[in-house]
Amino acid sequence: MSTLTAGTETPRNAGPARPAYRVSTRGVLRSEWAKLWSLRSTWITLALGLLFLVAFGLIAATRYRSGYASGTLDRDFASSTGLELSLFGTNFAQLALGVLGVLITAGEYSTGMIRSTLAAVPRRLPVLWAKAALYGTVVLVVGTAGAFAAFQIGSGILSGTPAAMSLTHAGVLRGLFGAGLYLGLVGVIGAALGMLLRSVAGGISVLVAALMLIPGLVTLLPSSWQGDIGPYLPGNAGQAMYALTHDATTLSPGAGLGVFLGWTALALAGAAYRLVRTDV
Amino acid sequence: MIEAQQLTKRYGEKTAVDHLDFVVRPGTVTGFLGPNGAGKSTTMRMIVGLDAPTAGSVTVDGRPYARHRAPLQEVGALLEAKSIHPGRSAYQHLRALALTHGIPRRRVDEVIDLAGLGSVARKRAGAFSLGMGQRLGIAAALLGDPRTVMLDEPVNGLDPEGVLWIRTLLTSLAEEGRTVFVSSHLMSEMALVADHLIVVGRGRLLADTTVADLVRRAGGDTVTVRTQDPARLREALAGPGVDITGQVGSEELQVTGLTAREIGLAAADHGIALFELTPRTVSLEQAFMDLTRDAVEYHATTTADRTPGRAA
Ligand SMILES: Nc1ncnc2c1ncn2[C@@H]1O[C@H](COP(=O)(O)OP(=O)(O)OP(=O)(O)O)[C@@H](O)[C@H]1O
Ligand SMILES: [Mg+2]
Repeated sequence: MSTLTAGTETPRNAGPARPAYRVSTRGVLRSEWAKLWSLRSTWITLALGLLFLVAFGLIAATRYRSGYASGTLDRDFASSTGLELSLFGTNFAQLALGVLGVLITAGEYSTGMIRSTLAAVPRRLPVLWAKAALYGTVVLVVGTAGAFAAFQIGSGILSGTPAAMSLTHAGVLRGLFGAGLYLGLVGVIGAALGMLLRSVAGGISVLVAALMLIPGLVTLLPSSWQGDIGPYLPGNAGQAMYALTHDATTLSPGAGLGVFLGWTALALAGAAYRLVRTDV
Repeated sequence: MIEAQQLTKRYGEKTAVDHLDFVVRPGTVTGFLGPNGAGKSTTMRMIVGLDAPTAGSVTVDGRPYARHRAPLQEVGALLEAKSIHPGRSAYQHLRALALTHGIPRRRVDEVIDLAGLGSVARKRAGAFSLGMGQRLGIAAALLGDPRTVMLDEPVNGLDPEGVLWIRTLLTSLAEEGRTVFVSSHLMSEMALVADHLIVVGRGRLLADTTVADLVRRAGGDTVTVRTQDPARLREALAGPGVDITGQVGSEELQVTGLTAREIGLAAADHGIALFELTPRTVSLEQAFMDLTRDAVEYHATTTADRTPGRAA
């Protein structure tokens, strides 16, 4: 490593033994992958998300079955399908998985790790893309597996009831994959919000507001507005991706996916803008 | 080699770095000195692209840090603020950084040993003491085997053995031909390792000089002589690099460039009687304080009217 050369103006006058390192997309992906799995919070939160997804689906199916057997099903519940009951946990799982997304990015700011990360990858954007892509894929896989598990277990419980369904039932496969994809995108949105707001608390608040509070608040609007705005909100558009039945007040699965992808892209664009523009 | 041209950073009203021009050359240790809030850490963050300059520019080996193919191989930096996730072990932290550049696992083990972290490498970094955290930061800085090593107050929190380790490390890095840039507000510490000094105060460049020169300029090697025959003594001592001042008619002379011993011997040779021969010692800290007196941001006496500097 003896580079006692005077002409340091030329940057590439390395000694013979100098290894040729370079930042590559593959390298950034491997680094982010290692970072993801080296934190205990990843394992705990993913397990929690999976547990919510499966356990709440199981509870919903069990309640339906016991209500059906005793003839005490309330009306809303009575019209549920097997798919809806099994995917009942999606609402809870999305919280855990979205929060982990926020932690993955905002956690770098709260700990100061971001300075090491961006000193290694000073072009910055590859870090955001790598985090979003890797975490999105992990949640997609976990979410899809969880949705299938919840449905299979639920089917067992529901067999013999009007809600019973099998995988071959029209729309079921699409719904299960749709739920996995929805959760994956929620993970990406969480990561983008964390990068955008640089604060764990801020990121979680905005995530919860976007997915759960705003749809509720919109019901306070005049009903003509509700019909125009409601379906396009992130939470509602996302639900359309995995719902079995669609009516005038909801988007079709394809349109829901399109709108939800739009929200994801918006969050990512905001995150990218702030990442490139602001000091750390 | 680090080159700053008119480098400026403003945070709102506050100018943290004010039109700095300097060059940090390879092969020597360059100290970066200045009182609290002088803008040292801000300058270092701009060098590695974490903060964008408001005006001016800074390059490393001819281009902005972010434009290098392997930035970690170009500059290894230890920053002032913590830059580690407490939930990862030292090994996991270094390994994650290494992966971005394709730096082999072997090198990770090497820097862990180099920094003396072998026994704690698998422990969570959150449980590290201040000094161990600092060692991990230095290990990360050396990871890419960088041409330029830049350390912001590296001896912070280190025990005497650690301080000695840093001194030896800095000197050997410079001997290998690397550019070594180290900040501190302790002049005495810098004088032990640095050859060259860049002194800043309130964001401005105060001096770009060598340690020896700074001491000389502060009058550090002046000897006061009182003699029976000032005129003859002046003649006897005159020579290159020797500066003699004194009032006409006074017995007293101020001599720089010669030691008290040399003056005494010369006077004896010429048979001139001396009444007093006093070396005036100016400590390095004194030299530093003289230089930065007007630029000290946060005097200990100012209380209510000024907010203190950022602690981080
Ligand atoms: N992110 C920031 N936002 C606002 N002001 C800042 C920021 N970073 C630094 N400053 C201000 O800029 C000035 C220079 O700070 P800097 O940390 O660079 O000084 P320093 O020379 O490293 O001081 P010290 O010796 O105490 O570490 C200070 O007045 C500080 O308050
Ligand atoms: Mg500082």
